[in-house]
Amino acid sequence: MGASVAFWVLASIVVLAALAVVLLRDVFRAALSLILCFLTVAGLYLTLSADFLAAVQILIYVGAISVLIILAIMLTREVQRGSPSNRFRLPAFFVAVLFFAGIGYAMLNTPWQISSTPPLEPTTPAIAGLLFGQGGFILPVEIAPLLLLAAILGAIVLVREK
Amino acid sequence: MVGLEHYLILSAVLFSIGLYGALAKRNAIVILMCIELMLNAVNIAMVGFSRYIVPLMLTGQVFAIFIMVVAAAEVAVGLAIIIAIYRHRETIDATKIDLMKW
Repeated sequence: MGASVAFWVLASIVVLAALAVVLLRDVFRAALSLILCFLTVAGLYLTLSADFLAAVQILIYVGAISVLIILAIMLTREVQRGSPSNRFRLPAFFVAVLFFAGIGYAMLNTPWQISSTPPLEPTTPAIAGLLFGQGGFILPVEIAPLLLLAAILGAIVLVREK
Repeated sequence: MVGLEHYLILSAVLFSIGLYGALAKRNAIVILMCIELMLNAVNIAMVGFSRYIVPLMLTGQVFAIFIMVVAAAEVAVGLAIIIAIYRHRETIDATKIDLMKW
């Protein structure tokens, strides 16, 4: 009962915040509602009993990515011009609605094999075992820092003064 | 009772909103924000699958962690590109950045 109430409250907040990101004319306010969206998604992870992921979501998205986005908004003086739509507004709307209809139809008509096992709690030791243990995801874990290093070097090279 | 379908539909709604924004907006930073929204929608679906279909294996949560890593790298490089373009052209209007358009 409490879980359903939490889900519906969080779901309505997240959808409203996402709509605000798309519809608000002020870029800075759109960024703030994007942060609200990230925070609510962390709450949704908690209702899915993914406690570690909720913490990671707050650390990475709310802590780092939103700061980067706000920094970029302040570095570019496009705030006064707002966030107008281009001339593909109606086609984009129809593409989004069509996409939602198609994927929603597929989701509702697939016979998912729901397991009745209660979820693991806490998840952190199990995720650590999966990431670093035998037969787990150790190779992607090794590749991820390489990707991050390449991204950092690329970002530095791109914004460096000539 | 909230089930897997609720989370999947919520994720589809979020993804569609992000898709609309990414297609219809002119400000490059807003487009990047909408891409983040879409990545978050995919993460919700992943964690939902992990919770309801394989509750003891947590594979979906590990996938979500890797999606977050890629999203962090993407936002760093994307914002660097946007700032470099802004330095050269004094605009980040995506309809005016058409150097590679024939």
